[in-house]
Amino acid sequence: MSLNRRAFLKLAAADGAVAVAAMGGTDAAAQDLRRARRSMPQDAVGLLFDATLCIGCRACQAACKQANGMPAEVPEQYAAWNSGIWDSPTDLSGDTLTVIQVYQHGTMDRKDRATDGFAFVKRQCMHCTDASCVSVCPVTAMTQDPETGVVFHHVDRCIGCRYCVLACPFGVPRYEFDDPFGQIQKCQLCADLPDQDIPACADVCPTGATLFGQTEVLQSEARRRLARDAGEIYAFPRGTLTRADDGGEPVTDRARHEAPIARYEQQVYGEHLLGGTQCRMLSGVPFELLGLPEDVPDTSYASITEGIQHTLYRYMIAPILLLAGLAFFAYRSARQHRPEDWD
Amino acid sequence: MAHAPAPKHAPIGGKVLTPTFLILAVFALIATYFLVQRFVFGLGSVTNLNDGYPWGIWIAIDLVVGTAFGCAGYAIALMVYILNRGEYHPLVRPALLASLFGYALGGVSVLIDLGRYWQGYNMFLPWLSQYNSVMLETALCIAAYVTVLMIEFSPVFLERLGLKNVRRKLDRVLFIFIALGVLLPTMHQSSMGTILVILGHQLSPLWQTQMLPLLFLVSALFMGFAIVVFEAVLASVGFRRPMELFILNRLCVAMAWLLLGFLVLRFADLLFRGDIAFAFALTTDAVMFWVESALHLAALYLLWPRHDRFTGQRLFLAALMLLVAGTLYRLNCYLIAYHPGDGWFYFPSVGEIMVTLGIFSIEIMLYLVFVKKLPVLHTVEAAYREEHAVERPQGPAPA
Repeated sequence: MSLNRRAFLKLAAADGAVAVAAMGGTDAAAQDLRRARRSMPQDAVGLLFDATLCIGCRACQAACKQANGMPAEVPEQYAAWNSGIWDSPTDLSGDTLTVIQVYQHGTMDRKDRATDGFAFVKRQCMHCTDASCVSVCPVTAMTQDPETGVVFHHVDRCIGCRYCVLACPFGVPRYEFDDPFGQIQKCQLCADLPDQDIPACADVCPTGATLFGQTEVLQSEARRRLARDAGEIYAFPRGTLTRADDGGEPVTDRARHEAPIARYEQQVYGEHLLGGTQCRMLSGVPFELLGLPEDVPDTSYASITEGIQHTLYRYMIAPILLLAGLAFFAYRSARQHRPEDWD
Repeated sequence: MAHAPAPKHAPIGGKVLTPTFLILAVFALIATYFLVQRFVFGLGSVTNLNDGYPWGIWIAIDLVVGTAFGCAGYAIALMVYILNRGEYHPLVRPALLASLFGYALGGVSVLIDLGRYWQGYNMFLPWLSQYNSVMLETALCIAAYVTVLMIEFSPVFLERLGLKNVRRKLDRVLFIFIALGVLLPTMHQSSMGTILVILGHQLSPLWQTQMLPLLFLVSALFMGFAIVVFEAVLASVGFRRPMELFILNRLCVAMAWLLLGFLVLRFADLLFRGDIAFAFALTTDAVMFWVESALHLAALYLLWPRHDRFTGQRLFLAALMLLVAGTLYRLNCYLIAYHPGDGWFYFPSVGEIMVTLGIFSIEIMLYLVFVKKLPVLHTVEAAYREEHAVERPQGPAPA
């Protein structure tokens, strides 16, 4: 057996080295391997959704369908009484780019309370600063606008592998499984629609729960709300919020909606997690209850994967060296055998 | 180093239309029925795929497990041509054949699974290539490897057709393709692990690690060896040929080392990350983790070098155990430990299962036709000659 053992010494040594390397610093290596954090474009735009303002009217849902020319959806459980007049999606889908969902608990007595309360949440693409869908797409069918940061989908390039559907940490891109020529669908902030000045959902929102604007402006607006005391009357902007020319408070061209400030979770959702998102949220209940991932790192998953990939394949040096080594050994073996041994 | 004489290969002949072959053909026909349905009515009409589980068994089994089974050629090429272990020569051709079918049909499965297959060629258009995509790298590597496998296997056809000149010319450059045939699987088998890193928290911490590429690579290697053993034992029983026990025995040592390396890496990584705690929670994930680990450990126990020789049965059992263990690891990674959020459920439909069975049936049918009609397996005389040539006393005999 001694001969066998010697023959596999190399393999064993490799195993050992690998194990030591793994123990010697998975975490440290992880830090080093990461691709640098990507920063948001200066003019990045997004939506600020304030769950405490949402009254669940679903005007955004209807407007989104209309703007994008998508059909009404009637889930099976509603089919008995809903002939299709009422669009009633329960989740995002190939026919629904934004949806209002509800959190319910116990007696559902009070809005925006975790216990015995309820809350609304609007789901749509978060337009990540460092989007997984953009990173995974093999054929550049998901792209990020360099100026606005809007994540676009290009159906003419898409091969339908659905890696974006798998990878999106927010479960946003959807595929039309029931269509033999189905495609991926996701919110593009109406930036692809020539008739829409601002996203249809923000355009029609009566309370300002969905607000459109530059992410930077939305973020400062969100911070302002968090800084106020609960119960204080606040003039919530609606439609679009834009930077003031004089550098003062941001402005909106519509009548504001006056309402008391709610008891907020002290966090602007999307500010840091997973590399940051251009759409942000405020809520009165923990975001996890609204179906949004909370226990996640601030590092984007794309930066981890790309870090590994671009370390292993930097300038293709490692593969080329490996190929050269392999070719050398293969050639050496060849010389030791008669050609007809070569099978 | 003395080398065993070159093995001579010959078609084993015999009827192609055996009962086994016909049963397999029935499976292939059933699969065709579901495939027609898939292309006419869409993926949703045949599969249970949904937006929570956009990848099902056509990816997890046909591609990810299928190509791991297809690592026979990779493992043996590494052994014979890179580590220069000439005595494994008789295993080269059947291993390459298994790889060729495993990979080609894995590729076909991907095409079937692609939602917009008619645009699939976009993958090969450089101006659309997205170089951050692990999938792009994986797909291009697999496509290249199928080509390399065809070249590596082509001497079989050249021999059969009597094209000695071409054969000689090919021999001179074959080492490049052999090197590529080791490089490419190293790249894409590890990448099939890297593909999952971006899933982040959606993959259970018991499997989610930056070590995924390395774990997938080592796992692919021992599965490659296992399929060589598995296939050799089956071929010897099925075609009533003597078993190449003497070389298969030695492969088991390689498998044992690789498996040990895998387990050390797997547990060291879990301990270091501190995520081993998840293994002691009462969850499906924890149960699957222990089942998977137990299968690996059982295989290690069966493979552990010992003084007495392995019997064919033990070899077969060890290889089978290893294949099941590796398969479960991949299934856990790609499906079972993937949690897209509340409300999503996936279990493969009858159609999906039948297509997968059909694909594997086609693989076996092609294998049977090839070994019967082409010089793939080495001749029985060569086997005996080698056994006597290699099986000479080495050190003290076991007590």
